[in-house]
Amino acid sequence: MRRALALAALLFVLLPVASTSAATPKVDLIDVEDEVMCVDCGIPLNTAEGAQPDGQRELIRELIAQGMTKEQIKQELVAEYGPDVLALPETSGVGITAYAVPLVLGGLVVAALVLLVPRWRRRPAAGMGTAEGGTVAAGAGARPVSDADVARLDEDLARYDG
Amino acid sequence: MKRFLVPIVAAVVALGLVGLLGYGLFSRSTDDSIEQAVASGRFPPAPSVELPVLGSEESQSVAALRGQVVVLNFWASWCIPCRTEAPILERAHKRLTASGSGTVLGVTYNDSRPASLTFADKYGMSFPSVRDVGAKLAERYGTRRVPETFVIDRRGRVVDVFRGQIDQAFIDRALAKAQAS
Repeated sequence: MRRALALAALLFVLLPVASTSAATPKVDLIDVEDEVMCVDCGIPLNTAEGAQPDGQRELIRELIAQGMTKEQIKQELVAEYGPDVLALPETSGVGITAYAVPLVLGGLVVAALVLLVPRWRRRPAAGMGTAEGGTVAAGAGARPVSDADVARLDEDLARYDG
Repeated sequence: MKRFLVPIVAAVVALGLVGLLGYGLFSRSTDDSIEQAVASGRFPPAPSVELPVLGSEESQSVAALRGQVVVLNFWASWCIPCRTEAPILERAHKRLTASGSGTVLGVTYNDSRPASLTFADKYGMSFPSVRDVGAKLAERYGTRRVPETFVIDRRGRVVDVFRGQIDQAFIDRALAKAQAS
């Protein structure tokens, strides 16, 4: 009975620890650094040097030590430094063009393809011709393949196989 | 007309992208309009944003301090010249509060709360500071580096500005100017 109680107490202590460590993936500084910006220099934190980015790194280390997840750390960094700390373009002002320009360019490419592909398909292929004896040669500037050529090719292949 | 459609669209897109690049560069350039106005003797209205007070649940703004002389100082814990400035600002704050004529108001720039609090404590800064998360106020003052100091008169106008590390002579001159205007 006493042993069973001790086992239950041990499980009671260990289970929450085990479940917490399973739910919280281990985060390290490098893992966070490449997803946030140095707010003073405007470059990714993992390439920034100086007192200000060192301060950001120090804060990240403290937050890791508190057991926060990467997402929680990012939220905390936004609360401390503002949204510019995330390596994402702003969703207002000039920053919105980072989202809009690829969409507009993609739309133009699709529109160009819709307009031009049917036209290209309708255009007859240059250099397509029929040689004597009905053998077809493809490609611009290609010499038509004659029956003699075919016969010589067959002889060469037969010699090669033999 | 049809054969010109694709080149025209391509040219419009290219011009648009060049315009966008120009706008992006221009919008991020340093704004020194406050300095220019002060240098020409026109005292511009001090920009104001309500911001949370460091180490407090309250908020503060330059506009709320109208009627007082305000020494607005942008600082950060990682800024080395800010260490030298701290005692000068502290003396100015004591002088202004003793006479009841004003205050020093610090503004933290790209700094975390714990680091700012540690710095303020270490360098004996008793004057209030606000946390400018996202540098909204800094942007309106054209601040891109710290330290920078703006002296505001009772009418809420910027009467002097110094971008860099201030000294006692600057504070004495600027406060005299603010109190006289």
